[in-house]
Amino acid sequence: MHSFSYRANALLTFAITILALMCAMASVSDNFNSPSPTSEVQVLNINWFQKKPDGDDEVSLTLNISANLGSLFTWNTKQVFVFLAAEYQTPKNVLNQVSLWDGIIPSKEHAKYWIHTTNKYRFIDQGSNLRGKNFNLTLHWHVMPKTGKMFADKIVMTGFRLPEAYR
Amino acid sequence: MKSLLLKHNRNISAAAGSTVKIVSILISPMDWQGQKLAEHLMQLLLVCFAVVAFITGYVLGSFQTMMLIYAAGVVLTSLLVVPNWPFFNRHSLNWLDPSEADKHPKPHPAISGPKKKTAKK
Repeated sequence: MHSFSYRANALLTFAITILALMCAMASVSDNFNSPSPTSEVQVLNINWFQKKPDGDDEVSLTLNISANLGSLFTWNTKQVFVFLAAEYQTPKNVLNQVSLWDGIIPSKEHAKYWIHTTNKYRFIDQGSNLRGKNFNLTLHWHVMPKTGKMFADKIVMTGFRLPEAYR
Repeated sequence: MKSLLLKHNRNISAAAGSTVKIVSILISPMDWQGQKLAEHLMQLLLVCFAVVAFITGYVLGSFQTMMLIYAAGVVLTSLLVVPNWPFFNRHSLNWLDPSEADKHPKPHPAISGPKKKTAKK
């Protein structure tokens, strides 16, 4: 502590160390949040259902996605990334997950989500297995923090089925 | 004319005096008690500001509030601790005067030192 630069250096180093500790504590405080999100998805319409020239099936859906993800937000949340995936089983793969739509929720005020849309990303199978297929629509979310650990979870909604024949 | 010159000189020396003061606050060394005080003050202030900032941010639910309070704390602490303020120099070091040191010559180490080592072996 004998000179100006020594004191300035010591102060800066100590201040930044304490800042790191504060950010770690903020991340730990996220664990005390017990969220209770809800969501509901309806498939309003199958727009078309075809087999592509290269042999893979493709479906276009119109979806009604509604979710209330407000309880996921804490003081240490930057944004919530949410995506909807169609999950089903085929003889070749035990689990197929196809992302149909995603979005970013920037704050708690925007967390009561309601959207009526066709699928943002194409629902294409690896092969020709989609006729009459039962599938789940799962809403996944990633709670992205300002500092620290990211939490991810999901809600599985079952009971969806594709038609038996191409349209 | 003379009075004007005198005033001018006085202003210059006053300005020079305050410049010397500012430079001494920034550059001159701090005595030992002052260093101890500076270190303890720095640690105490930063930890207190961090605790206050965290609790306030958590209760208000605002990360930005925590950051702003802590940043203000760091700036305040640096203004208080880093420059060499006069209150850090209250116990000044009294180095021995050279003329006084000459009156008491340093004792020379005994020349029989290495011989002692061989004897021990």
